[in-house]
Amino acid sequence: MSVGLSEYLILAVILFVIGLTGVIRRKNLLMLFFATEIMLNAANVALAALSSYMGDLTGQMFALFIIAIAASEVAVGLGLLILVYKKYGTLDLDDLNLLKG
Amino acid sequence: MQSYLYIALFAPLVSSLFAAIFAQQKKIQLVGIITSILIALSFFASVELLVYLMQTNKIVHATLFDWIVIGDMNVKFGFTVDHVTAVMMVVVTLVSALVHIYSNYYMEHDKSFNRFFSYLSAFVFSMLVLVMSDSFLGLFIGWEGVGVCSWLLIGFWYYKKDETRDVNPSISPSWAANEAFIMNRIADLGLLIGIFLIFWNVGSLKYNDFFAAIPNLNHGLLVAIGIALFIGAMGKSAQFPLHTWLADAMEGPTPVSALIHAATMVTAGVYLVIRANPLYSQIPGVGYFIAVLGTFVAIFAASMALVNRDLKRVIAYSTLSQLGYMFAAAGLGAYWVALFHLAAHAFFKALLFLSAGNVMHAMHDELDMFKMGGLKKYMAKTYLMMGIASLALSGIYPFAGFFSKDTILEVAFNEETYGIWFVLWFTAGLTAFYSFRQVFLVFHGDERFHELGIHPHEAKPYALWAMAPLAVLAVIAGFFKEEFVEFITKFLPPYEMSEHTEHLVWFFIIVTMGIALTGIFIAYKKYANGLRRDPKVENSFLYKLLFNQYYIPIFYEKAFAKPYKELSDIAWKEIDQEIVDATVDGIAKAVEVTGDVSRRAQNGNLSTYLKWMAFGLIFISLIALISVVVK
Repeated sequence: MSVGLSEYLILAVILFVIGLTGVIRRKNLLMLFFATEIMLNAANVALAALSSYMGDLTGQMFALFIIAIAASEVAVGLGLLILVYKKYGTLDLDDLNLLKG
Repeated sequence: MQSYLYIALFAPLVSSLFAAIFAQQKKIQLVGIITSILIALSFFASVELLVYLMQTNKIVHATLFDWIVIGDMNVKFGFTVDHVTAVMMVVVTLVSALVHIYSNYYMEHDKSFNRFFSYLSAFVFSMLVLVMSDSFLGLFIGWEGVGVCSWLLIGFWYYKKDETRDVNPSISPSWAANEAFIMNRIADLGLLIGIFLIFWNVGSLKYNDFFAAIPNLNHGLLVAIGIALFIGAMGKSAQFPLHTWLADAMEGPTPVSALIHAATMVTAGVYLVIRANPLYSQIPGVGYFIAVLGTFVAIFAASMALVNRDLKRVIAYSTLSQLGYMFAAAGLGAYWVALFHLAAHAFFKALLFLSAGNVMHAMHDELDMFKMGGLKKYMAKTYLMMGIASLALSGIYPFAGFFSKDTILEVAFNEETYGIWFVLWFTAGLTAFYSFRQVFLVFHGDERFHELGIHPHEAKPYALWAMAPLAVLAVIAGFFKEEFVEFITKFLPPYEMSEHTEHLVWFFIIVTMGIALTGIFIAYKKYANGLRRDPKVENSFLYKLLFNQYYIPIFYEKAFAKPYKELSDIAWKEIDQEIVDATVDGIAKAVEVTGDVSRRAQNGNLSTYLKWMAFGLIFISLIALISVVVK
């Protein structure tokens, strides 16, 4: 059984939905980060698959860029998370609601 | 010659702006001196222009810049000095310069000394714009400028409290200022309509274009324009029924009264009628109406002056009366006679007011003539000046007023309007009576002011010197009548007396002098030997009627001011608060309520936001999908 384009895309969609569900359902900031990473990687899978299918390297270049950006984002984001945790002692979103109208 | 024009016009503006810099500061004597010098400079430039016109008979023209350029319309901001303007300029700047110098004395202890000079110079500048403009639009600018400056100056002592009409008939300076301003606005609407009519039908507002177009316009339109312009003149020159502001304007400082009455304000209306003479000579019906109204105002104002006890109000009524004379002459087509009386009147009226200013200073601002008396001993020079001015006003030979007033009477006779002649003739007697009633009450008789603990003193020498040129002119101005006629009739239509009138000249002189002298004699008999008040006369209906100005101010208040205020109250409480305010408040309320509801969406919880975001993303994706499928 060969793995074709549609299988890759289905995997990407599944990964994306898992990520999205995580973003919506999870209450812990750290978990939200993980979910975001899953979503990013879903996009990467789709990009790489399409790039291979079309025979165009642009998609893979994009995927590489996204990986680089995701890495730096995590670095900044985790730094912020540590600060938030130090200041408030929690990462639960229901408790972090100072900015309300 | 254009540079002289610019100097004459802009020196007062520079003067005003200069004084304005120091308006908020304490008195700076230099401000008074410099403004006086600048106005005097304007006077000398005006004289230079007059001499130039006399010698070369060339009209000086200057265009400053394109003012309004819209499509085919091109209004230039231009000035012109022709014969009428030159005479007006010399009169205006001469009186203004002397009033400026005099004000240094009169306002010396006022805390707003600098501000006063700023307003005063602005007043002169506005009047010069009015008389020098070459179009109705420029005239209107000056017209409004004069209105604003008069408002500022009449209400100069704005901090004085309102009083009842029994204590002070003018209520308060700010009240009087508002009255003057509002009355003038009413009349200005007439002027504006006239200007609109001209522009609509001629397409240009330049005097020359309009006068050239007059033969092509139909008669009804000319009548409409003539009436509309005259309504404007009625307001500025305080003709009945818009006259009440003039007497109340006495609330301003006395030099202001001198300026308003002699140079910079009330003469504007007469000037407008003289300026528009090609129009008014085409519509003799309107001219006749102007003459009749002027005659009515002459006797109407004189009658109020007969019994008034307020020093300045008497002079104010006399101005009103003399303006009536001018309009009578202008209405009958004798435009140069009106201008001549305007000039002569400016000199002796300014003198009269400045003398009154001296008396007021001596009397510590007491204005009731019944509390004065016997001042001759203390203020001999002022007595002399006021005597000269009153003689000129009464029309006694050889003073200036005699020549001009006598000519007006001759004109009235010559036009065979004997009614007008008789009324004006009789008014001349009344004028003489009230002028000398004033002189005798103030300067002769028993010294009634001692009860008030006042020690009168003569004015400072330089103030008297400032008045001296006016006194000289009040005496000799009449002798220049021939030269004046020769000069002015190059521009204004000449007015020839019929032979019949020429024969009767001596008769007129005798009759006019006769009634004037009779008036003076009666005043002498009644008042020269002290004040004898007769309660029977003072309680009579006629006396009360005259003393209360025919109850016209009260009538205006009851008939116009009160209902207007009630209407305004209704508009305020019912319309403004209930409808306008309610609408605006409603909009604000609606915004507030929506904000209050929607602010709950911002609950500070990140996961709620993310849910909304996901929902939005799905929603937009669905729309995109559907739109693709439907296509």
